[in-house]
Amino acid sequence: MTEIRAETDVLPGVDRAAPLLEVTDLHVEFRTRYGVAHAVNGVNFRVSPGETLAILGESGCGKSVTAQAVMGILDSPPGHVTGGEVRYRGLDLLPLPEEQRRRVRANRIAMIFQDALSALNPVYTVGFQLGELFRVHRGMSRRDARKRAVELLDQVQIPLAKARIGDYPHQFSGGMRQRVMIAMALALDPEVLIADEPTTALDVTVQAQIMGLLAEQQRQRNMGLILITHDMGVVADVADRIAVMYAGKVVEEAPVHDIYARPAHPYTRALLESIPRLDHKGGQLNVIRGLPPALDAIPAGCPFHPRCDYAQDACRHDPPPPYAVAPGRTARCHFWREVVGDE
Amino acid sequence: MSDRADVVLETRGLVKHFRSKVGAVRAVDGVDLHLRRGETLGVVGESGCGKSTLAKLLVGLEKPTAGEIGVRGQNMAALTGGALRRARRHIQMVLQDPYTSLNPRMTVGDIVGEPFAIHPDVVPRRGRLRAVQDLLDTVGLSPDHANRYPHQFSGGQRQRIGIARALALKPEIIVCDEPVSALDVSIQAQVINLLEQLQDEFGLSYVFIAHDLSVVRHISDRVAVMYLGKIVEIGDDREIYEQPTHPYTQALLSAVPVPDPRLRGRRDQIVLSGDVPSPADPPSGCRFRTRCWKAREVCAEQEPALQIRDRSPHPSACHFAEVRDVLHSG
Repeated sequence: MTEIRAETDVLPGVDRAAPLLEVTDLHVEFRTRYGVAHAVNGVNFRVSPGETLAILGESGCGKSVTAQAVMGILDSPPGHVTGGEVRYRGLDLLPLPEEQRRRVRANRIAMIFQDALSALNPVYTVGFQLGELFRVHRGMSRRDARKRAVELLDQVQIPLAKARIGDYPHQFSGGMRQRVMIAMALALDPEVLIADEPTTALDVTVQAQIMGLLAEQQRQRNMGLILITHDMGVVADVADRIAVMYAGKVVEEAPVHDIYARPAHPYTRALLESIPRLDHKGGQLNVIRGLPPALDAIPAGCPFHPRCDYAQDACRHDPPPPYAVAPGRTARCHFWREVVGDE
Repeated sequence: MSDRADVVLETRGLVKHFRSKVGAVRAVDGVDLHLRRGETLGVVGESGCGKSTLAKLLVGLEKPTAGEIGVRGQNMAALTGGALRRARRHIQMVLQDPYTSLNPRMTVGDIVGEPFAIHPDVVPRRGRLRAVQDLLDTVGLSPDHANRYPHQFSGGQRQRIGIARALALKPEIIVCDEPVSALDVSIQAQVINLLEQLQDEFGLSYVFIAHDLSVVRHISDRVAVMYLGKIVEIGDDREIYEQPTHPYTQALLSAVPVPDPRLRGRRDQIVLSGDVPSPADPPSGCRFRTRCWKAREVCAEQEPALQIRDRSPHPSACHFAEVRDVLHSG
C-alpha cells in the first residue's frame, strides 16, 4: 500500500511541515442570468491533524459552497472561485489541473454529505463502489479490493458486513447508508474529512451513533475534521474550534468553550439566545429580526448591520475586519468589546 | 383524570393500519390522549413512530381503522359528509413544509381565504377580504401581501401564511405537524413566539408534533413520547424531561446534543443499538424490547400498559419503569 501511496506524495509543492489545510481569502460567486450571487466573500480558516473545526451557519451563508470549493467539486458554471488559496500541506490546490486534483481528492481530502442515498450510486452494489476505490486508486485486484471493502464496512460497524457487501444502497437504512458513505470517504486514508451536515437527515438516536463513529475514526486516524452544520448542539458536543459564517464571511472564529461562554459577534450571540434548551424550560425566545440578506444584494459595511442591536453609523459603511479578540480568536464586529462584555 | 369539562379533544383506542404488500402497517396502534383548553400537548418520536399519521387522524384527513376522536362531545371518527366538515372547522392544522403546503398558483389572499369558501357561514362574502387582511396582520404579515404569490415569500413568512390559514375558521384546536423543522434557527424562534402569542390571544389548544425535543419542551405543557405507533410515556414537562421513567424516553433525551460544551463527556449517554423495527412487523410484547438494555423474558410475552407504576409517578409503558435523570447527571 505504501508504494502506491507514494504516487501522490511526489506532488510537487507538498511540504509535510506545512499546515494540513489552510484556506485563505476564498471568494466564490455564482453567475446566473439574474445577476451575480456572492456566496463566499473572503473566508479564512485552518485545520490541523486531529482537530475538529465546525463551520456553523444558516442556509445560504456559504458554508457548503466553501466546502465544495475546497474539494474542487463546485458546479461550474455557474459557480466560480474568483480568488483565494486552498493549501494542502503548503500546495495550493486551486490552480492544479483536474487530474492532479482528482488524486488529492479522496486520497488526502475526502467528503461526506447529508444525503447518502443521492451520494451513492443506486445501480451498483455497496461492495462494488467501495472496491472500485481500491482498484482505481490503489491498483488492487478484484479479490483484494473486495476483502478491503468488507474490512471497512466492519470498521464502520455495519453488522454482518460480509453478507451485506452485495446489497444496493436502497437496501440499507438511513443510518447504515451514512455508515457506508463514511466507509467510502475513509477508504483511502484521507488526512482531512469534510462532513457536510452528516446527521441532519437522521433521527437523534441514530445521529448519536454516527457522531460517535466519526469521533472514534478521527481519533484513531488523527484526521482533521471539518464539520459543516447549523446545529449548535452537535457543535458543542464535538468541535474544538468554531467558525461562524454569515453572508459568505467568517464573522467569528474561536475555541468552542469561548464562543458558547462569551460570544464576541452579535450574530453568534443572537443565535445562541434564539434556540430552545433541552435541559431547562426558558421564557420567550430571543428573535433575530428580519432575514439573512440575498447574496446578490449584500448590505454595504457589515452585512449583519440591518439585523443587529449593536449597529451604529460605522457599521453601515465600514466592513469590519477580523479583530483579534484573544489569541486564536477573531470577530468581525466593530463593537466586539461591548458584545463580549454584555451578560 | 382531571375536570372533564376542560377537555377539548380526546382519543380512545385510536388505531390506523395501512394495507401494504408486506401486510398491515400499524402506523398508529392504540392511542389514548386528551387535550385541555388552552394547553399545548407535545408529541415527540423518531421517524416512523406514527406521529404524523396521528396528526392526520386528529384533523380528519385520515379515517381511523378503529377508535374514537371526541371533539365537542361528538365522535369525529363516526361522522361523514357535511357533519364531518362542520366538525373539522374546530380543529385545524399547520403543516411542516411551507414550500409545498401552499398552492403556488394561488395568491396569498386566496390561500388564507379558501376556508371561507368551504365554510361560507363563518364570514359573510362581503367581509372576507377584510377578514383575510386581518388574519395576515395577526400573523405579522402586511395586509398588502394578499395579492402576492407564495414564491415571493421566505420560508418563515410562508409558515406565517400557513398559520393564518389555520386561524381563518377560528378553531379551538390547532394541530401543528413539525411546524418549525424546515426553518433556520433564527426564523424558528420567530414562528415559535408567534404560536405562543396566538395561543394567549385566542385561547387556542395545540397538539404540537415534532422530532426536536428542545423545541417541544419549550412550547409544551405536557408531552407524549411515541414509539412504533404507541405512546410509551406521557407526563408534564418536568416529569418527561427531569424524571423520565421509560428507557426509550431516557435514550432519546440522552442522545440530544445540548448547546453547552461544558457538558461534553459529563452527560449520561445511552447509545441505542440498531434502528426502529418495521411497523409492519413490530416485535411481540413491548415494541422497544429489541433495542432495550433492560429487556427480559416478560417483555417479549406481555405488552406493558401505559399506566402509573410503583416507580413511575406518571404513566409509563415499561415493566421496569424507573426514574433516571439523564440531563443533569454525570
